[in-house]
Amino acid sequence: MRFDTPATTNPIDQLKVVGKPTDRIDGPLKTTGTAPYAYEWHDVVPNQAYGYVVGSAIAKGRIASIDLTDAKAVPGVLAIVTAENAGKLGKGDWNTAKLLGGPDIQHYHQAVALVVAETFEQARAAAQSLRVDYIRAHGAFDLASAKDSAVVPEATPATAVGDFAGAFASAPVQLDATYTTPDQGHAMMEPHASIAAWDGDKLTLWTSNQMIAWSTGDMAKTLGIPKENIRLISPFIGGGFGGKLFVRSDAVLAALGARAARRPVKVALARPFMFNNTTHRPATIQRIRIGATPDGKITAIGHESWSGDLPGGGPENAVQQTSLLYAGANRMTATRLAVLDLPEGNAMRAPGEAPGLMALEIAMDEMAEKLDIDPIEFRILNDTQVDPSNPGRRFSQRQLVECLRIGAERFGWKTRDVQTGGTKTGRIREGRWLIGVGVAAGFRNNLLTRSAARVRLDRPGIVTVETDMTDIGTGSYTIIAQTAAEMMGVPLDKVVVRLGDSSFPVSAGSGGQWGANNSTSGVYAACVKLREAVTQKLGFNTAEAVFEDGNVRLGNRSISLAEAAGEAGLVAEDAIEYGDLAKQYQQSTFAAHFVEVSVDAATGEIRVRRILAVCAAGRILNPKSARSQVIGAMTMGVGAALMEELAVDKRRGFFVNHDLAGYEVPVHADIPHQEVIFLDETDPISSPMKAKGVGELGLCGVGAAIANAIYNATGVRVRDYPITLDKLLPGLPEI
Amino acid sequence: MRSFTYERASSPAEAAAAARAEGAKFIAGGTNLLDLMKLEIETPTHLIDVNGLALDKIETTTEGGLRIGALVRNTDLAADERVRRDYGLLSRALLAGASGQLRNKATTAGNLLQRTRCPYFYDTNQPCNKRQPGSGCAAIGGFSRQHAVIGASEGCIATHPSDMAVAMRALDATVETVRPDGTARSIPIAEFHRLPGDTPHVENVLVPGELITAVTLPRPVGGTHIYHKVRDRASYAFALVSVGAIVQRDGTGHIALGGVAHKPWRVEAAEIEMPRGARAVTVHLLADARPTNENAFKLPLVERTLAAVLAEARS
Ligand SMILES: Cc1cc2nc3c(=O)[nH]c(=O)nc-3n(C[C@H](O)[C@H](O)[C@H](O)COP(=O)(O)OP(=O)(O)OC[C@H]3O[C@@H](n4cnc5c(N)ncnc54)[C@H](O)[C@@H]3O)c2cc1C
Ligand code: SF4
Repeated sequence: MRFDTPATTNPIDQLKVVGKPTDRIDGPLKTTGTAPYAYEWHDVVPNQAYGYVVGSAIAKGRIASIDLTDAKAVPGVLAIVTAENAGKLGKGDWNTAKLLGGPDIQHYHQAVALVVAETFEQARAAAQSLRVDYIRAHGAFDLASAKDSAVVPEATPATAVGDFAGAFASAPVQLDATYTTPDQGHAMMEPHASIAAWDGDKLTLWTSNQMIAWSTGDMAKTLGIPKENIRLISPFIGGGFGGKLFVRSDAVLAALGARAARRPVKVALARPFMFNNTTHRPATIQRIRIGATPDGKITAIGHESWSGDLPGGGPENAVQQTSLLYAGANRMTATRLAVLDLPEGNAMRAPGEAPGLMALEIAMDEMAEKLDIDPIEFRILNDTQVDPSNPGRRFSQRQLVECLRIGAERFGWKTRDVQTGGTKTGRIREGRWLIGVGVAAGFRNNLLTRSAARVRLDRPGIVTVETDMTDIGTGSYTIIAQTAAEMMGVPLDKVVVRLGDSSFPVSAGSGGQWGANNSTSGVYAACVKLREAVTQKLGFNTAEAVFEDGNVRLGNRSISLAEAAGEAGLVAEDAIEYGDLAKQYQQSTFAAHFVEVSVDAATGEIRVRRILAVCAAGRILNPKSARSQVIGAMTMGVGAALMEELAVDKRRGFFVNHDLAGYEVPVHADIPHQEVIFLDETDPISSPMKAKGVGELGLCGVGAAIANAIYNATGVRVRDYPITLDKLLPGLPEI
Repeated sequence: MRSFTYERASSPAEAAAAARAEGAKFIAGGTNLLDLMKLEIETPTHLIDVNGLALDKIETTTEGGLRIGALVRNTDLAADERVRRDYGLLSRALLAGASGQLRNKATTAGNLLQRTRCPYFYDTNQPCNKRQPGSGCAAIGGFSRQHAVIGASEGCIATHPSDMAVAMRALDATVETVRPDGTARSIPIAEFHRLPGDTPHVENVLVPGELITAVTLPRPVGGTHIYHKVRDRASYAFALVSVGAIVQRDGTGHIALGGVAHKPWRVEAAEIEMPRGARAVTVHLLADARPTNENAFKLPLVERTLAAVLAEARS
């Protein structure tokens, strides 16, 4: 189905199932431990052996030699895979560094071997007795010192509108500030894991992966076999956040280990290994310049961002939102990329916007202060309903102002100025706690990609949906079931959803908050076809037939779907494909984040006290799972603002705090009352579902809202994340 | 993890005697030892399980103090009525540590003997004098935000991570042991943990095979008991710094710090300054502090936290 004109009324608009807060249909499986995760497919193939990965002890250099003698002598060892004996390996399109290193080493903990043994303990013991000699080479590990050598990457050219330099120089009110965000780890609960089994030259891989088709292709490319020979199965995923968009070493090494050991092999990455072996969100240095008239109109806005990656890698596009979020006649953005020999950087939830807004939305707060305008009013004053670089191009929907106003009302923003007695900071105290509030805008683009599905109607009246879409804990199963139920006029319990299998039609997959809208639109397309198949079979006029209560009805003729399906059943497959509506209209999602914090006046300890997100993101398909997505994202925003940082050892070139004791993410005690409001919105330009994504929007802007609240509480402006107490101490009141 | 043999001891003397064997180690809750064995940071060849030694009682001593069995779980110790009433500092320190699940397993002796959380100690690819004597110290000049600011050496700047031990230090606890030859001794907590010097792998004064049987507390001293643990998140994190304090009505008392040194840090002479306030105390407490660039903030943080603690005690 081609979607190239805005949606009109369609069966989804009935909203009998779609749009209702619905429990996750996979919930009982998860809470009873019966949803198998990648490492837990114990029964799918017999005789599974265990693989344990050995990681490089150096960040850059070469392997001089590997001595396998001790490792081979460990009881139970079946095979040891190294680059030397693995045969020729390719590199996947989505990988920057090789997944099996050697002799050259590209980053710390790059896999250099897999030991396969009868038991996990034997494999681990043997892995630990592998002797690898390295020759270290000099590497670049510090973004700040590599900054000057950074170049503008091809993938993200600089943008310019009007005369930024001139307009900024002549602006009566100016801000020129630099912000930094650190490297961050995905820290999802389920580690990367895979079970590989060969049948002749055919490989089956049970794994944990967000993008089935990408990864099937990359497995094929890495192993040098046709992708038709690979079946990838990933129906349950214990979180990914972008860390599982790609094939990683667990998958490739499980396949190689299984080939070497001639039996199925399972591999999970140990937690202390994940931070340096897999991908991470790269650190940024961001310079933001804003010029405005004294009454608060932005005349110039410029955003530059520096990040680093291994040779051949990409930048963190932290300037993305700045092209679109606020008005201003003169503007520029630029990203620059330096070569760093740290582990490879890549997407993490809301890549680009998450770190970009952490900086931009502090800058807006700083500017509002300089202008002496309420930060909400300042944002509203500079709202734009069109793409600022192409004013003929409108936003399909843009309710940022409504988000800010409704949020202000709900949060009690007005009391802020009254409470602070006219000053902006540091006046409200409750015992030892300094209290402050902050606001930030949230923004994340809506991305459209082809997504296919197959829908089957069976004799018992069951509708089965198959698509290689993944559910990374987001609720894909449920919204897809809701979509099919709505389309076919059946209750939810008559729908079966099967996901995450490369033998199913290729979907959008999960990433970039594009999963919900695109995958359900693909299911919509397939259901439209199935409806046609049903009506044609019955000789009904498709346009007039009503699918309701398990029946299809035309006038006073009503036939049950079960009967319509007949013994053979009916199957339809289709995909949603997009025309150029995304070119004609800018499609984005919007939010306003409000935060209240308290800061211990003595120790600088920061506690978030309440947090509110107001989101405008098209039709909300399932308010319950959407809310879960947003509160999860807000939680991640608290982590980003207050504690998450992969500490770089700039001499040795690795992330030092590589476990969950060292890399701190919020715990329950850090998370206060969270509230989410979704504006009642439909976006017919987005898709037939009239929906967009919310999963990343909930993160975008939260960090800055917290930073602004801390400033409001203490008067200390921290521009380097995370905002840990040591950065506040020098500015706190004498005690 | 290396292979090991395993036995359950049935009496303290038997356990201590068995521990004479080369490569033997006691295992209590296992919450620290097993993690370290998985990473091959600890590589015992023989484990002596001490969980069945009936050392899990809390008894009143004839002097009016408490005798806490070495195997008393952190959860049970924190919840004990006498501890909560008379040694509130200990209860609060325990509850500020780890998580409920871990405290259910963790024991009094194991907690005292837990090893540092220095991330380089945990990464066997990195030089670390504590893990591999003579290999160097990667933390010096590296990521040292969590590390010691006082009492450290050229060889090691690690901290002792225990919260409980800070309270024990302020409470003047005594560690009771039995040696492999069957003789018992009592070690004042002040003398129990060592500074790193040039042997950072030797963390306390126990001889090989020496078994902790109990920790005793003197008679209750009264006063207000406060444990303030400062960390990067609200729970389930090791201290950046912690202050354990017992403050009497007249402003005198005891103070011990966590997160600043290779052992719970207490300077009795500094306590004389308590009535004069946090700054006066801190000047003496941290007199020879030598922080790194990354952890210099701990010095003002100690003073400010102590000031908050003293203010809380007064109110
Ligand atoms: C995720 C995590 C977070 C944590 N957070 C904190 C925290 O915030 N604050 C804190 O204070 N602690 C924290 N801990 C540490 C925890 O308190 C210790 O792991 C625990 O107290 C160790 O006790 P155990 O009985 O399990 O010791 P084990 O692991 O069994 O033993 C530890 C050591 O003591 C020796 N040993 C045990 N019993 C005896 C005995 N009777 N005589 C002689 N030697 C003995 C063992 O041989 C071993 O060397 C944390 C631990 C984890 C895993
Ligand atoms: S500080 Fe101590 S524990 Fe840490 S690396 Fe140095 S020697 Fe090892």
